Amino acid sequence: MTNTGAPQGADALTGAPFLEMRGISKAYPGVQALDDVSFDVRAGEVHALVGENGAGKSTFVKILAGAVRADVGELRIQGKPVTIVSPRQAEALGIVVIYQEFNLVPYLSVAENIMLGREPTRGLGVDWKALRARAAEVLARLGVELPLTTEVRRLSVAQQQMVEIAKALSTSARVIFMDEPSAALTENEVLKLFAVIRALRRDGVAIVYISHRLEEVFQIADRITVFRDGRLVKTDVAANFTPDDVIRLMVGRSLAAHFPVLPPDRPHERPLLSVRNLTMPDRIENVSLDVYPGEIVGLAGLVGSGRTSLLRGIFGADPYTSGTVELDGQPLPKRGPHESIADGLALVTEDRKNQGLVLGMSVRENVTLPHLELFSHLGRVDRGREARAVGKLADELHIRTPTLEQLVRNLSGGNQQKVVLAKWLLKSAKVICFDEPTRGIDVGAKAEIYELMVQLAQSGTGILMASSELPEVLGMSMRIGVMHNGRLVHVFNRGEATQEAIIRYATGTVAA
Amino acid sequence: MAQEPQIAAEAESQAAVVAAGKRRAALLRTVGLVVGLTVLLTVLNAATHGDFLRPGNMINVLRQIAVNAILATGQTFVIITAGIDLSVGSLIALTGVLMAGVMVGHPNVAVGFTLALLIGIGTGGLAGLVNGLPVVRFGLPPFITTLAMLEIARGLAFMYTKGQPIEIDNPVFNFIGGGFVLPGLGRLFNIPGVPMPVIVMLFVVLAGSYLLTQTRFGRYVYAIGGNEEAARLSGVNVFGVKLMVYVISGALAGLASLLLAARLNSGIPQSGQGYELQSIAAVVVGGTSLMGGRGSIGGTFVGALLIGVLYNIMNLLNVQSYAQEVVLGAVILIAVLLDQLRRQYLVK
Repeated sequence: MTNTGAPQGADALTGAPFLEMRGISKAYPGVQALDDVSFDVRAGEVHALVGENGAGKSTFVKILAGAVRADVGELRIQGKPVTIVSPRQAEALGIVVIYQEFNLVPYLSVAENIMLGREPTRGLGVDWKALRARAAEVLARLGVELPLTTEVRRLSVAQQQMVEIAKALSTSARVIFMDEPSAALTENEVLKLFAVIRALRRDGVAIVYISHRLEEVFQIADRITVFRDGRLVKTDVAANFTPDDVIRLMVGRSLAAHFPVLPPDRPHERPLLSVRNLTMPDRIENVSLDVYPGEIVGLAGLVGSGRTSLLRGIFGADPYTSGTVELDGQPLPKRGPHESIADGLALVTEDRKNQGLVLGMSVRENVTLPHLELFSHLGRVDRGREARAVGKLADELHIRTPTLEQLVRNLSGGNQQKVVLAKWLLKSAKVICFDEPTRGIDVGAKAEIYELMVQLAQSGTGILMASSELPEVLGMSMRIGVMHNGRLVHVFNRGEATQEAIIRYATGTVAA
Repeated sequence: MAQEPQIAAEAESQAAVVAAGKRRAALLRTVGLVVGLTVLLTVLNAATHGDFLRPGNMINVLRQIAVNAILATGQTFVIITAGIDLSVGSLIALTGVLMAGVMVGHPNVAVGFTLALLIGIGTGGLAGLVNGLPVVRFGLPPFITTLAMLEIARGLAFMYTKGQPIEIDNPVFNFIGGGFVLPGLGRLFNIPGVPMPVIVMLFVVLAGSYLLTQTRFGRYVYAIGGNEEAARLSGVNVFGVKLMVYVISGALAGLASLLLAARLNSGIPQSGQGYELQSIAAVVVGGTSLMGGRGSIGGTFVGALLIGVLYNIMNLLNVQSYAQEVVLGAVILIAVLLDQLRRQYLVK
């Protein structure tokens, strides 16, 4: 947790604020989402915004982005009072928000996306040469190389993010809000992102960096602001905080142990899940792996190394061309999710919004979707029984929702993730594959999910968990498999793995 | 598993807002609907010199919407899965002429009718299968497969009949189209009874509504429309369920065709033109989203009723048929626009 960022931005800490908010409050019926928040951003600073899901960060950003209006409070830009009523106006004032879900047009090129809505014209048409030149200029300012004419959908997530940042810069943004910018990036890509952020800072652009990842916050931030329950708890220079301070301020108490105590190894008789030579062309090659009853096996590796493909192949979400999967000693034929679920497999997907949940359905309907047969007789669903079972699970998992009929769209990220978990707890599975089980959710919900995984393992369930967060892999796994370029290159036994060793295998710097 | 209870306060409050909004919406909707309808009906009744609210006219409206309501019920299933069925109008023609062809010269009235019924519904269902297979197997857009079926079925109907109508002379069949039941109830209101098509329509609407809201199949239909990939990864048999909605839509087109052919006493290859759009109109006016995942049969029935009432009033007011089309188009636009605005208002 070094604080390499502070010195460069230090002069920014004393300058006059570019953007200033005084006494901002926003109430929704029944709750004070923001309560008397005063906040400022100075030109050329990286200002981290931290807080648990539901602390008020999103409402705060929405107000600045012009998506929501504050009930009371004053907003000044360079000392002049302003009101922001629309996203377009926010942009004109130099405020740009980059959300987790990007706003790019997938079938347009990099250059077209960067200059979207501001295309230089010649006569009646677009001056394509000038357009590409300007896009290239912006990318050069960021120190980023991207193929200008490639369609955006062909880029990696990290590259798309760079396009978003370049787009913001091309609108002459003065403050860029980044919402969980590193959530889908590999460690290397995060380092590149930081280089870009530092370049922006040198240019006098302010960055408001919203993240759950405290290590990153301490690497990049000049100042840190902590939100809790709609209030701004503290703003100070990053050097005046320790990570423990921040966590304590976020949750109102110290979370000493992030990870629960893992159960002891059991005497292994035969593996619960046995994968042999699994191959999916261009994705994974010859992967063999065992998971024993009551064991949590972690899967580490860079994004694109094949972790997700392996889980999807085992579950039958995507087909494999050769290899075998055995569950509890029984070879499973090639098949789809329907059969896998019936056999006792479960897959908690990495992308809960696109793959895990039907956002427009209620909590109840989402939870029972994989096992509706448990609640139906002759095809008719007994909603009363359904509600009772889901209600019990919701209590056990502390899913915070006013009623079970609430649409999952309206729940916070952590609670949505718990709904996804509940789907697979309704009926006990033999093996559960977790893909990024805690992505984008707050510290408290993370701890609950870890605790749940340990409970499952104690009851004999086998767990296979893929994660990009090394501390999570190290803290939660009894054995750790490392993937690189579609191959399982190493398996660490309990207590053998270190962060450095995993990275060496994951980046291919040691031969398998 | 300890956590501060107030951490999720924001999310919960937003949820509470939505829940309160929903209750408010339901109340607003009910009150608005009752007041609006009362005023509207009174005005219309006066404008039509009391013709509109006569039981005979009311029952007439219901009989007239029967075909569209049945088509729209099938269409609702398809649209909730984010699909569309453009073929139902042509399927009316094809199944109609096939049914008529089967009955022509069949010596036994009962057997002839039964055969016709099976062939009508069976052919419709089979066509639905052909619509659905390329969608689920090769991922073709349903717009394309059902557009192709629209052309194919219409062409087959003309080929089968060589362009001429086939007369139907089967008393059972004709009773389904023009007969009345419950004459006792009818006498109360000074009408001959409840027309058979209305009975068939109510049965289809109720059964469709039950299937969609009470069964696993219905739940899966919504899940697929809401998020097909999440449904698949939850073990939903997406292939089978999607195929089934096209079969249902096709089979109901066969049933609707029976009512129409029975009313016309013939199988006519030109019949049913544009009915696919009428059924889609009823579905969207009824609040079902073309994006899938949301909608109801009840709403669709109200949509079909609204359109039927509109035609009826325009007829009573002697509005030209060309002008009727203009009005209908405008009403579809306004109805869906109002629905959209109401949703936006409630979200804020």
